[in-house]
Formats: sequence, structure tokens, C-alpha cells
Amino acid sequence: METAATPKKTKKAKQTPFDYSKYIRGGKLPHIWCPGCGHGIVLKSLLRAIDTTGRSNNDFALVSGIGCSSRTPGYVDFNTLHTLHGRALAYATGLKMAKPNLKVIVTTGDGDALAIGGNHFIHTCRRNIDMVIMVYNNYIYGMTSGQFSPTTAQGMIATTSRYGNIESPFDVCKMAEASGATFVARGTAYHYGELEKILYEAIMHKGTAVIDIIDSCPTYYGRFNKFKTPSEMMEKIEKEGTIPLKQAAGLPPEKLQGKLIRGIIYKKERPEYTSEYAKLVEKAGGKSK
Amino acid sequence: MAEKKKKFMQGNEACSEGAIYAGCRFYAGYPITPSTEIAETLSVRLPKFGGVFMQMEDEIASICAIVGASLGGAKSLTATSGPGFSLMQEGIGFACITEVPCVIVNVMRSGPSTGFPTGPSQSDVMQAKWGTHGDHPAIALTPASVQEIMYETIRAFNLSELYRTPVIILYDEIIGHMREAIALPEPDEIEVVERKKPSCKPEEYKPYASNNGDIAPLAVYGEGYRFHVTGLYHAEDGFPTNNTKLIGEANERIVNKVNKNIDKICINEEFYLDDAEIGVVAYGVSSKSAKFAVKEMRKKGIKAGLLRPKTIWPFPYKAVNKLAKQVKAILVPEMNLGQVYYEVERASRGQCEVKGIFKVDTEAIHPKKIMEEIEKFT
Repeated sequence: METAATPKKTKKAKQTPFDYSKYIRGGKLPHIWCPGCGHGIVLKSLLRAIDTTGRSNNDFALVSGIGCSSRTPGYVDFNTLHTLHGRALAYATGLKMAKPNLKVIVTTGDGDALAIGGNHFIHTCRRNIDMVIMVYNNYIYGMTSGQFSPTTAQGMIATTSRYGNIESPFDVCKMAEASGATFVARGTAYHYGELEKILYEAIMHKGTAVIDIIDSCPTYYGRFNKFKTPSEMMEKIEKEGTIPLKQAAGLPPEKLQGKLIRGIIYKKERPEYTSEYAKLVEKAGGKSK
Repeated sequence: MAEKKKKFMQGNEACSEGAIYAGCRFYAGYPITPSTEIAETLSVRLPKFGGVFMQMEDEIASICAIVGASLGGAKSLTATSGPGFSLMQEGIGFACITEVPCVIVNVMRSGPSTGFPTGPSQSDVMQAKWGTHGDHPAIALTPASVQEIMYETIRAFNLSELYRTPVIILYDEIIGHMREAIALPEPDEIEVVERKKPSCKPEEYKPYASNNGDIAPLAVYGEGYRFHVTGLYHAEDGFPTNNTKLIGEANERIVNKVNKNIDKICINEEFYLDDAEIGVVAYGVSSKSAKFAVKEMRKKGIKAGLLRPKTIWPFPYKAVNKLAKQVKAILVPEMNLGQVYYEVERASRGQCEVKGIFKVDTEAIHPKKIMEEIEKFT
């Protein structure tokens, strides 16, 4: 079942243009994202991945917290919930338990998921509840005009790290894996085709799937850190700063310095929370949903 | 009529049973004294009904999870005490502005901060009204016995569904941990309000449309109505707006939907009030002492009477104002340093003397203290 509809390159030649109107809410555009922001590209990959599953819009819930990436649900025609800063995963957990058949996708940012929402992030991974967590990781708080975040690299400039950031950044993937997520991947807005495939696999996975999506904020991060254009920024951070998993496997550590690995980094089958809960209900003598 | 089935039960257990009777099928919470028995009871009871019990990573996650579950169609509950209630405030505000039904129990303990965790208090009354930022509706119920905790929990769920707003149940550690023999309601004995769902076509559905002050039905996620919910101010279709007229109207509407229905939401017990010359306004555990005191006074021929709000928010201003017209003085015993006292003073509009009897040493107010104060006005 999981491989039935995987996108194939060979079909591309005959393809009719992808119809996004099935997924975009009429009258809700233009979006709030700045020119050069990668969030729109990520959304494109997500919608195409969703389309590949062949499931109805009714079957998906998009839940978000606060921040630029968290505005995504408002633009798309699913069951959508835009919540509090850092708390998307807690709302998503409640919703998933009440409606286990919904495929819940959380769109969140590095600040939302890992700073204010860090506790919910690790515990959601630990439960391995069926959910896709897309961390739009652009190393900055964009909505509040460019403060450093838990993923900002040391030495980088932000409005609250004018002398260079002295804090160590989180590695989203390592954190997700250590916390118990059973699908951990990294993609970028630059490699949007690859991201689409990763997102499709994440949606089809039964358990907590975390995708660290390297993205760019030219308005703040780019401007403060002397990237001349959004495309230069994408090339330096997303293209040159990353390496596919397969390619990385054969390289010595010194060649991997300063590079993030892309692809499905970790995948494991482990009992999933809603399924385990259904068993618990049975054990208690109750009737499951 | 056959004798009702009676069961010896603790206040917190009665709350859990009331929730199940009301149709609650989702609980999320975090361990905290003195409310933990609600979680423990529901962790056993809810799965038997196919319901969900979740122990979350903190109280913030708990309030958020119950709102998420409520949007998934489950009547939802969380229970906590002072410190957890403080953490939940932002989430309560979210439920207010998004108009998602849910019930929050706060078993009040001594504070501020960790205070004296096993010691009772009544010091979160104002937090229940003003805890979250911004102007918002508040419904809070103050049951005063184990039996009443059960009934008021059912009423809390009903009000929450009826008005699409969070409802808070406030009681103190004493009643929460007290055991009494209580009558269990038969199925269908007490009305249970079910959520009004939309009947229009999905594309016509507006989750915040209010015609003549009506409260819009709330669709359930995953049932074909793909609507948007946001904590930003939104138009009646649920999408964010920066139209100042719509923002003002929306804020007034969520407050007014409760304030316009005060007469339906406020329930008071009146005890020897008809000819009372000295009034007592008391709620929760302090009302037990007050009732005892009033009875003793009556034995002595002193015309004391008790007004006991079962709904503390919205506050029963009308009933208190009426009492103030009739009596020489109103006494307000409460286990804090003056919270409801000021509301009583405000409602009385100078028509009688208002005196508080405050206590924060985590011991209940003794009836003798109330009797002494009543006698000063004879």
C-alpha cells in the first residue's frame, strides 16, 4: 500500500500541470510570506505529497502554532487549526486522539517547535503518536523581526545577537530520534522534489514523523548575515550546506564538516500511540472507536 | 419512587463520575495535589466507555489537548490546582476566543506559588475570572458538597456546549477530598446537552456566524466541514481579520453571549432569606460553615440568612443587590484575603454594610467566627 502511488520521474513528460486549486482556499491569498521566503516552496511540496496519497481533503488536519510557517493552515483547504505559540503538538495530540482516522500534519518553525514548544516536541516524539511534524527551520524568529532561535548557528547575527550568537544550536533530527520519533528526515526548500518524496513517505508512516526542513529567511537572517540575494542564500545554506545521505555514507568525516545530511535519516517500526490506546481500551473492557 | 442508589464517594471521584454522566470522553491532565484523584479515577473509568485518558507533559499541554479533542468532537475535561491553573491561562483564553467547549476543574489550594499544596483555599476566584489576558467571557461554578460536585460537573459540560465557551469548576481541597454518601443519577434523569452541529452545506458553513445573538453550531473536524480555527481575531467564516469593526464586535459578542444569559447561568441557594435582617454571602466550603451559623442564629431568634451562589461567574449581582436592600449587613466569609467580598460590596451599592471574614491559614472558617460576626449586628 505504501508504495502504490510513489511519484515516478518517468511520468513527468506526459504530466498535465499540477492543479493546486483543489487544495488552496479561494480568496485567502496572497499569503503573508516575504519575497524570497522558502515557505511557499515547502507548501508546494506538501500539497503534491498529499495529492499523491490519493486521500480526500477531509482526511487531513493541519495544525500549527505561532510564527510565519504557522500561517500555512489558513491558506489550505483541510481541517485547519492555528493555535498558540509552541503548543501545536499538544492541540494536535488531542485532536488525533478524538479522531484517530485523521492524518494530522503540524507545520511549525524552529522557535515554535524547539524553544517555547520544546517540551511538547520531545514528548510527542516519545509517544510515537501518528503525526507528521514539519519543522520549517530558517534559524530565526521571522514573525517578530529576526531574533536568534534554538537552531541559529554560533557566531550568527540576529537582532538579539548583535555580537554573534554564543549559544549552541539544536540538531532537530538527532533530538527527534533521541526523543523516540520513528521517522526522522531532513529536506530543504531548494530540493523541493526530494522534499515532496520525503513528505509523502512521512505521511504514509505510522508513527511520529519529524522532518527538519532547511529553509531561508532572506528578510532577516539573510540581511543580517550578509547574503546578497535570496537565491544566493538558498544556494549557500540549502544546496552547498547539505549532502544527500547516500553520498555522505562514503565520505570521511572531514569532508562532511559544515554539511547537514539530507534524506530519510532514521526509520523504525515501534508501537504507535493510538493503536496502543485502542488495545488499552479493549483491555479495560471498553469499546474502541 | 424507589430509593435511589447511594454511593460513598470522594468529591474528586464525584467530579469524575459527573463528567462521564455528562458525556465527557476525553481527559488530559498533569498530576497535581489536591486534584489528582480526578485523573486517577478517569484513567480507569474513561477507557471503559471508549474514552481517552492522557497524562500530558504539563498543564499547558493538557488545556491545549482538551481543546484539540473538543474540536474532534469529544466532550473534554482537565483538572488541576493553583500552579497548574496559572499555567493553563493562555489556553483558556484560546478556548474563549475560538469558542471551543471544554471544562476545567480547579481544586483550590493555598498559594501563591507552591504555597501549602495540601491546604485548602478559595483564593483563585479572581483568577478564574481574570486569569487570561484580554476581555473574555467567564463561567465558573462553585459546588459546596460531594453531591453537588457531581451535579455541577454535569451542568458545567452543559453550559460549555450551550454557550461554546470554557467552563471552570472551582472547589476547595476540603470538598475535593471529603467523602459523602451521594445519590447517583439514573440515566436520563439529568438533562445532558449535546453539541449543536451545523446542518447547512459544508461550503456555506460559518463557524462564528451569529444571527440575533444566537451561538453558531460547531462542526467537528474530519466530518466534511473543513473550517479554520485561529486564536487571531477572525471574521464569521473563521479566517483572520484586521477589520477593526469586526474585531470589536467579535470581542463584545464572546463576552455578551455569557453576560446576556446571566439569569440562566446563575443559580443561587437561598437559606432563611425571606425575613433575614443579616445576610451572609458564601460559596464552597465556607458556605457550609455559614449555613451552620445561620441555623444556630435562628435558634437564638436572630434573623440571619444565607445566599449561596452556585455560579460565582458571572456574579449574581442582581440577587446580592436585592439582598442588600433588605438587610442591615452582609457578611462574606471566604478562605482568601478578600475576593468575592469586593463583588458583594459593588453589588450592594452602599445599601448596607458589607464585612468580610477572611482566613488564609489553610483551615476552614469556623461557624463560631461567623456567628460572632452576625451577633455584632444584632
